[in-house]
Amino acid sequence: MWQRIYALIVKELLASARDPKTRWVVLFSPPFLLLIYAFAITQEVSDVTLAVYNQDQGNASVELISRFEGATVFDEIIYLRSDADVARSIDAHRATLALRFGEDFSRRLARGESAQAQLILDGRRSNTAQILLGYSSRIVAAYNEERIDRLGATPPVRLVQRIWFNPNLEPLWSAVPTLFAVLVAVVGFMVSSLSIARERELGTFEQLLVSPLRPLEILIGKSVPALLIALASASAMLVLGLLFLDVPIRGSLALLFLGMVIYLAAIIGIGLFISSLAKTQQQAVIGLFMYLVPAVLISGYATPVENMPDWLQGLAAATPITHFIVISKAVYLREAPLWLYFSHIWPMVLIAATSLWAATWLFRRRTG
Amino acid sequence: MMFSRFMAIMRKETRQAVRDPSTLMIAGLLPVMLIFLFGYAVSFDPRQFSVGVVVEQPTGETESLVASLRNTPYFEIKTASDRAAFETNMAAGELDAIIVLPQNFSTIALRGEAAPIQILVDGGDPNTAGLVGSYVELLVQNWLEQEWLARGQPPLVPLVSIEPRVWFNAEISSRNYLVPGSVAITLTIIGSLLTALVVAREWERGTMEALLATPVSPLELLLGKLVPYFVLGLGSFVLSVFVAVAFFDVPFRGSFLALSLAAALFMLCSLGQGLLVSTLTRNQLVAAQVVAMLAFLPAFYFSNFVFELDSMPLALQLLSYAIPARFFVSTLQTQFLAGNVWGVLLPDLAALAIFAIVIFAVCALLTRTRLD
Repeated sequence: MWQRIYALIVKELLASARDPKTRWVVLFSPPFLLLIYAFAITQEVSDVTLAVYNQDQGNASVELISRFEGATVFDEIIYLRSDADVARSIDAHRATLALRFGEDFSRRLARGESAQAQLILDGRRSNTAQILLGYSSRIVAAYNEERIDRLGATPPVRLVQRIWFNPNLEPLWSAVPTLFAVLVAVVGFMVSSLSIARERELGTFEQLLVSPLRPLEILIGKSVPALLIALASASAMLVLGLLFLDVPIRGSLALLFLGMVIYLAAIIGIGLFISSLAKTQQQAVIGLFMYLVPAVLISGYATPVENMPDWLQGLAAATPITHFIVISKAVYLREAPLWLYFSHIWPMVLIAATSLWAATWLFRRRTG
Repeated sequence: MMFSRFMAIMRKETRQAVRDPSTLMIAGLLPVMLIFLFGYAVSFDPRQFSVGVVVEQPTGETESLVASLRNTPYFEIKTASDRAAFETNMAAGELDAIIVLPQNFSTIALRGEAAPIQILVDGGDPNTAGLVGSYVELLVQNWLEQEWLARGQPPLVPLVSIEPRVWFNAEISSRNYLVPGSVAITLTIIGSLLTALVVAREWERGTMEALLATPVSPLELLLGKLVPYFVLGLGSFVLSVFVAVAFFDVPFRGSFLALSLAAALFMLCSLGQGLLVSTLTRNQLVAAQVVAMLAFLPAFYFSNFVFELDSMPLALQLLSYAIPARFFVSTLQTQFLAGNVWGVLLPDLAALAIFAIVIFAVCALLTRTRLD
């Protein structure tokens, strides 16, 4: 039996390695995607155009505007003369945010009252809007501190902020670990979900069935090469991340690979299930998209899982991607405690066992 | 071109599409599922940050500071007298920040000197780190002002504050711009992925040669194959807009007609991309992967849909101009949330039209040389 499985594994690996298109798509494109998309998902806001509408005649507003001009986030400032201009510039994406001072801004401060500046943000970009609100409030806070200093008063509290794990807040450091987890899943799905459907559509499946191989052996023979190919591709991505993107790996590589083997087993189980279900490659591809797109969306890839409603968090916990993102982040940036790894490895063991069992069951039924 | 031959191909393709349950899944179920997920799952709205406060020596002042932090909707506060446990929690990603009030906090604060407060922030996600940091600073500042007033002292220096106003979307609900954007993803999948598979299948199975041996001309053949998916895509588009507005309360302020025109042009671009890829690869497996890489992922990443183009490196920003989805997403978001802004709509429509023409011209050239 092992000899037969071994023969099938060798055949599958040779078939993938000899087809230049598959070779390119499976082995080389994921590291390439990591390189491009790591820069794409860094959500650092920069090169923003700020519109200013200043009705104030005094110094305070001019001073504050100069602090905004000094900030690196804003690369262009346009001065407007009416509310209608403000509306037009935001509407047409000419400016991302607008700062508006009322007539009495400086006068109020001179009288010893606190004064407000209005910040108009573009809600179509609510993420950018929030980040810019954060930047702007820091600029205003710094300006306030400057005023306190100038008047010779001491604030009763001094805040000392220290940032852990990623002291310079490098956006790439947070982008690469999550993207790595997702791309490993994509490779795992690509090599597993089409395999059976493809043979079925091309008619070579019958040849496999008339061979002495039993259904379970065929499945093992299909999943082991998929696992090996995906591991090779993942290693290439890891090396690339270290060499070209300068993202440090602080945790244990052994734990990462242990997690990754179980993760891929779960992914391949789901892929083979979809593949057994499908009659044609088209159905397999569509089935894959129907699973992969929502699974990635709820995995904490783009937004934190804690932000979601409880029942969706339950669904997220049933998705291997959710767990591996945590492990990947932990290995890359933190020296996380050991229990954290195991609390995310055992759910993946469960998912892998269930999906592989389901794929075998369905495969038997459909070939029966 | 003969109309009856075109109709025959189209009828055959339509039947084939309707009979395959996967077509209906992708045209009917997928758009609703995407809208649902973008409505509920993906949200950039402010969330509660978990913050641990280490109070080394509890006093009246520390109690009042912790109470004022608890009172805000931004934080979920846990307290401890020792920082060691919290530091492990932060390494495990369970805490976003730790605020340390040192032993002598109250004595120093009462003397009127600057009492140090230490904030440790998890830098794993830079945006969260920045927000937590500035929220904490703002809240401590507010607390100070109140303490100051409570002690009967006048505020030291009049301070400047910001009054944020978010336009188009008063409650900063990210749903309102994600749901419209998801329509572009749906149309990309239907247009590019489905057509790439359908045309590549004919090549892979060798039935393309059989079809070409019939009196059908290449133009009739391709039109007959594409029209059903064009209609399917527009059907999904109408369904998506309906579900978004009727069930998810996303405002629609523009003109449906103008948006439909943009959708039709975008659909042409997607169909063209799918056709191009399938003609070049002639293999379903490779076609699906190339479409995923060249049409689906860019529509996700380089369209201002989830990820902001403004914050990407210049090279990627320039690349985004080569991606039709960028222009469609901009029109979608503007038509839904702002209304008919001609300054956005007209350039977008023009860009989409140019894309459609260029893609089909390239297809026509390639198909002629490859089919003859």
